Amino acid sequence: MRNKIIVLFSLITMAPLALSEDVLKQGKNLALERGKGNCLACHSIEDGQLPGSLGPPLLAMKARFPDRERLRLQIHDASSNNRHSRMPPFGRHQILTAEEIELIMDYLYTL
Amino acid sequence: MAGPEEDRLAFVAFFQARFPEIPLAEFANGIYAIDSDARDQWLDIEDFPPYEFTIDAGETLWQDPFANGKTYSNCFADPIEDIRPQYPRFDAGSGEVVTLELAINNCRSANDEPLFAYDGKEITAITAFLAYESRGQKLDIRVPADDSRALDAYETGKQFYYTKRGQLNFACSDCHGISSGQYVRADRLSTGLGHPTHFPVYRSKTGGMVSLHQRFSGCVRDVRAVPFELQSIEFRNLEYFLAYMSNGFEVNGPASRK
Ligand code: HEC
Ligand code: HEC
Repeated sequence: MRNKIIVLFSLITMAPLALSEDVLKQGKNLALERGKGNCLACHSIEDGQLPGSLGPPLLAMKARFPDRERLRLQIHDASSNNRHSRMPPFGRHQILTAEEIELIMDYLYTL
Repeated sequence: MAGPEEDRLAFVAFFQARFPEIPLAEFANGIYAIDSDARDQWLDIEDFPPYEFTIDAGETLWQDPFANGKTYSNCFADPIEDIRPQYPRFDAGSGEVVTLELAINNCRSANDEPLFAYDGKEITAITAFLAYESRGQKLDIRVPADDSRALDAYETGKQFYYTKRGQLNFACSDCHGISSGQYVRADRLSTGLGHPTHFPVYRSKTGGMVSLHQRFSGCVRDVRAVPFELQSIEFRNLEYFLAYMSNGFEVNGPASRK
């Protein structure tokens, strides 16, 4: 139920320019949570503690990923860009749902 | 097709190119070869080794005669320091790779003794003792050229090492090869070169000894795959490949690790 509300909420808020703080916080939590994105395991993000160094720092996302589809693909299945990628295929292996990936992307675009 | 020896030379060359400043023999010290901060703490710990009692317990177990009056030395090579460096080895009789742990249990069953559990204290005590006796001896793993089953076992282990698995989709080589020296969160990744030289290991994290296969199991679980059994054929073949890659390195077990 809660998920549905989040999804609905993110769909509604996708169009307007400013995303609500709540949605961004959801995205941030999903990105950082160890059982979810755990992106910090491999990327430095803002002031996140003890970042890993397997992947490049996640910053200036708007400038580097003007194409939202490309970013989605990188998170959904990094091996589609790089067959030997050491980034887990979050969507393909069902670590994150499509909705969760959307929320994470909303957050990433604030970086 | 490249054989084990070509593989080994390429494996060694990869890490030498990646860490040109590190003397080759140092890779046997795992992450402490690379991480100088962690190394100082580790050297302090090794001054009063937390595995000392385990070695003593292993010596006692080793010398205790079986009910039939025989001892382990009836099953193993002489002198004792030659034992550890020869395992894992390919056994023509069973057509399988036999690790030191398996050989110990084979010896027990040949003498009508109950088997040791592979996650128990006894087996790591004995392997700790044997490693200690062999310190300074060089790993001498052989893939007999005249038995294609040995090469098959080696190749199967090699394939395991390079195959991505689990929900996180990682191969051993992803972390301990191409990412060695880098950080996953706060953990710095050691090189696959030198991994089998120093087991069993006392881990401060768990406060006990762990075998190489228990370490394999932990890493497989960490990528969210289902681990194989300790001493399964899969892990034995993996150990065969990995130990061959470290041929010529000195045995330096037991050791202590985070
Ligand atoms: C276990 C390691 C690991 C984790 C966890 C991880 N990544 Fe990555 N990531 C990488 C690696 C390695 C690369 C380098 C490119 C490649 O190999 O695909 C990368 C590349 C990227 C890129 C492309 C960056 C660029 O500048 O080209 C993005 C975007 C990205 N990751 C986002 C994420 C997000 C979002 C998460 C969490 C949901 C995440 N990553 C989790 C390892 C990881
Ligand atoms: C996602 C990353 C990752 C993967 C994949 C991985 N490991 Fe590890 N492994 C680690 C970390 C982190 C440690 C602890 C730090 C260190 O010593 O490297 C470790 C430790 C080890 C150790 C102990 C090292 C020592 O010096 O005592 C061994 C042996 C090992 N791994 C083998 C393997 C094998 C074999 C595989 C594949 C089945 C594997 N690992 C896959 C991250 C990984």
